[in-house]
Amino acid sequence: MSAAPQAVLRDCRETPVLRERGQREVFCGLTGIVWLHRKMQDAFFLVVGSRTCAHLIQSAAGVMIFAEPRFGTAILTDRDLAGIADANDELDRVCATLLERRPDITTLFLVGSCPSEVIKLDLAKAAERLNGRFLPRVRVLSYSGSGIETTFTQGEDNALRALVPSLPRSEERQLLVVGCLADVVEDQFRRCFDALGIGPVRFLPARRAADLPAVGPGTLLLAAQPFVGETVRALVARGARLLASPYPFGAEGTTAWLTTAAQSFGVPAERVRTVLAPLEERARASLARYRDVLAGRRLFLMPDSQLELPLARFLNREMGMELVEVGTPYLDRMMVGEELPLLPAGVTLSEGQDVERQLERVRAAQPDITVCGLGLANPLEAEGLTTKWSIELVFTPIHGYDQCGDLAEVFARPLDRRRRLAL
Amino acid sequence: MQLTLWTYEGPPHVGAMRIAASMEGVHYVLHAPQGDTYADLLFTMIERQDRRPPVSYTTFQARDLGGDTATLVKDAVARAFERFQPEVLLVGESCTAELIQDQAGALAVSLALPVPVVPLELPAYSKKENWGAAETLYQLVRSLLKDRVPPPGAARPSRPEGRPPRANILGPTRLGFRCRDDVAEITALLAQLGIEVNAVVPLGATAGDIRRLPDADFNVDLYPEVGRTTAAWLKRCFGMPCTQVVPMGVGATREFVAEVARLAGVDPSPVLGLEHPGRAGLGASASRLPWYSRSVDSTYLTGKRVFIFADATHAIAAARVASEEMGLTVVGLGTYSREFARDVREAAQRYGVEALVTDDYLEVESAIAAASPELVLGTQMERHIAKRLGVACAVISAPIHVQDVPARYSPVLGFEGANVLFDSWVHPLMMGLEEHLLQMFRGDFEFHDGASASHLHAVARPTPAAAFAAEPAAAPAVAGGSEPAWTREGEEELRKIPFFVRGKARRNTERFAAERGMKVITIETLYEAKAHFGR
Repeated sequence: MSAAPQAVLRDCRETPVLRERGQREVFCGLTGIVWLHRKMQDAFFLVVGSRTCAHLIQSAAGVMIFAEPRFGTAILTDRDLAGIADANDELDRVCATLLERRPDITTLFLVGSCPSEVIKLDLAKAAERLNGRFLPRVRVLSYSGSGIETTFTQGEDNALRALVPSLPRSEERQLLVVGCLADVVEDQFRRCFDALGIGPVRFLPARRAADLPAVGPGTLLLAAQPFVGETVRALVARGARLLASPYPFGAEGTTAWLTTAAQSFGVPAERVRTVLAPLEERARASLARYRDVLAGRRLFLMPDSQLELPLARFLNREMGMELVEVGTPYLDRMMVGEELPLLPAGVTLSEGQDVERQLERVRAAQPDITVCGLGLANPLEAEGLTTKWSIELVFTPIHGYDQCGDLAEVFARPLDRRRRLAL
Repeated sequence: MQLTLWTYEGPPHVGAMRIAASMEGVHYVLHAPQGDTYADLLFTMIERQDRRPPVSYTTFQARDLGGDTATLVKDAVARAFERFQPEVLLVGESCTAELIQDQAGALAVSLALPVPVVPLELPAYSKKENWGAAETLYQLVRSLLKDRVPPPGAARPSRPEGRPPRANILGPTRLGFRCRDDVAEITALLAQLGIEVNAVVPLGATAGDIRRLPDADFNVDLYPEVGRTTAAWLKRCFGMPCTQVVPMGVGATREFVAEVARLAGVDPSPVLGLEHPGRAGLGASASRLPWYSRSVDSTYLTGKRVFIFADATHAIAAARVASEEMGLTVVGLGTYSREFARDVREAAQRYGVEALVTDDYLEVESAIAAASPELVLGTQMERHIAKRLGVACAVISAPIHVQDVPARYSPVLGFEGANVLFDSWVHPLMMGLEEHLLQMFRGDFEFHDGASASHLHAVARPTPAAAFAAEPAAAPAVAGGSEPAWTREGEEELRKIPFFVRGKARRNTERFAAERGMKVITIETLYEAKAHFGR
């Protein structure tokens, strides 16, 4: 069991990946705005796009509840398409109106969309131009959330990468946690790092977009999300070093993630054990309640958020679920290098999507639970399958020890419901 | 470029999806990038459809753009045809594909598939969802019927002796407001008159149903936003007359019955014989609305201020019901349907208000706040606005929310629809009586303005003191300037006015004082202004 070569055979590093190309039932990168704007409360996200973009964001998030949200769309009209010069003037006008109306905004993200990219509207140049006008009160940045370039969570990656050039430089030895975390989770992790004696610890993004963490050769990067690869590469280019680790999902993953950081900061193993053991125990206790519901159940993950690999690892190793297929929209080996060995051999890994063919595999496999997007959930339920909406996994806090139970419950709930209903 | 924080209507290709998803045997191939599949969830989540909308997306990426996106289209069309075996294919583009000008429709036609292929051109940068739905239905109908169009001037064959008159119902779609139940209600109403429904299009229709459209004697344009273009074409090419009245409310339903009876050449009395305009009591109508509205406990509805904002059809009809059948006062009427702005402006004139035609919900919100209504009738967005303002609200129009697709039978058209309107508009107001009690007992320590009525969601309203301070307060008496200042007694008296009209009272009083050059506002000024302006 401890023999290393056997471990290689048992894991799925060498498993061939099924690459698919076809219709993707996955959101584009614009959707990330829904959680990014909640995290960075002084930032406004202005999509430069079409009515479709505006409709997508409001539909994906069901966002009719805000009096005046901190995101919007500058909708291109026939007039703008007539000539680029005109579109740039129009964009300047819209930004000026917006910033005048919202004095609370310190960072404005111009978010590129499919149409803005196809007409080659240069948002980087626009941001530069607007910075000349609005700095220092407002910093204007740009990134692409377009569906022709990004899939779902890659939008967050692009947004964070856009922040990197603005980060001040620092030689200081520090830990930088990369990827959007719910505030409650960030606070929990901060307490863990404090207890381990790791510090200073900074987070990207910070709660205020204006509070930019520094970066430099002393910076060690710990990715909180597997989809922040481009941001990590940009930070590495600025001298930082990536600490490769499994992700903090489940008790085991969270311990591995915190231990990776602790080892790099030279925290004695004994102290790591003392600090983490009680937390891990509490996490395992919270999982125990759901293990009976989930163990032995067969899971099919359709591609969505790039969280699929670490989630599959957690559900397989800690909850005893059987993996039928683990789909991911995009497989970044740099970011999931520590996850792949933890997946069981024989699992089908798929990258990209041809939704009709994948649905054929779902129907053939008849999994106990299928994790899929909102467009597919009810139709699959109508075919007698049990489903879980994947979007819940990016909208609810699932990282860390104290969210383990919540994470397991997300998967147990549909099965529990199916069991209760006598219909 | 138009800054938009939220939009009432999606892009026109979503309108096309609504047509495809409403029908059987129709498949829509959409040349679109990843992400545009979001629209599937409107159908599967909001309407709880148990199947995916019949739409295939080409899902092109940036790296395809320099290359051969045309092949991508042809492959997607061929695969969709093979997999779904539709009777008709719609082929179109979303906003991005429109820019790369692949002419998806023409490419699909060039494949010479053995079924009709309808190319759709829906300009995404100038048009919106309802227009897209109307245009798609029109193109589909025209394409399936073009070989049946009689030569110009040909006389329309008269209905054979003994065959009952037939009508088509045009316009009901998925994601429309209560279309499912409206169709059932109107079908039953027509049956009472001995009129058969020849085809309902597009909801539940097949290509065959569309081919049979000219077999009917006339069309019922139930939802003009979607049906009017098609109805006009059928009238032009096939000489088919079409209804003008949308049967929402008791009066409109009676007029609708008279209209269809005339178009069908039948006797309206099987229905209208049971209708007794002007008579009281439960026997006055097939609907309970007339009697319920006359019953004494409805007196408190008299002159209640109602603000209406919806698609044009539902807004105009709701204004009439509110005014003539419920005795409310229309203080605002508007629509996001620019194509029907003229109709709404005409209607607004009847109520002495200026029509609000906009798709900016912030403009709607400030218009609602300024009108100080006691009831808002609107879309899901107006429901949110009303909640924020602490005003009662009922939803009367798309865009809809999952709760606007109720499990129970709940039409808004026809006589049963009138019953539904009465209940769903009056209940929030009836509960508003609680507000009245709150006012009566406002001096008691248990009650304060911050206490929400139990029927409203928990609105985080500020405590009375905070609310008082937070109101756009007039300049204190010590402040200079030409604005009239409130005395302490005046302010205290103002606070005794129910909060939902207090803003209006404040503005009216200040205007009254300013116009007369008064420097301070006393209790007397407040009541003088009240007497001057009325409520």
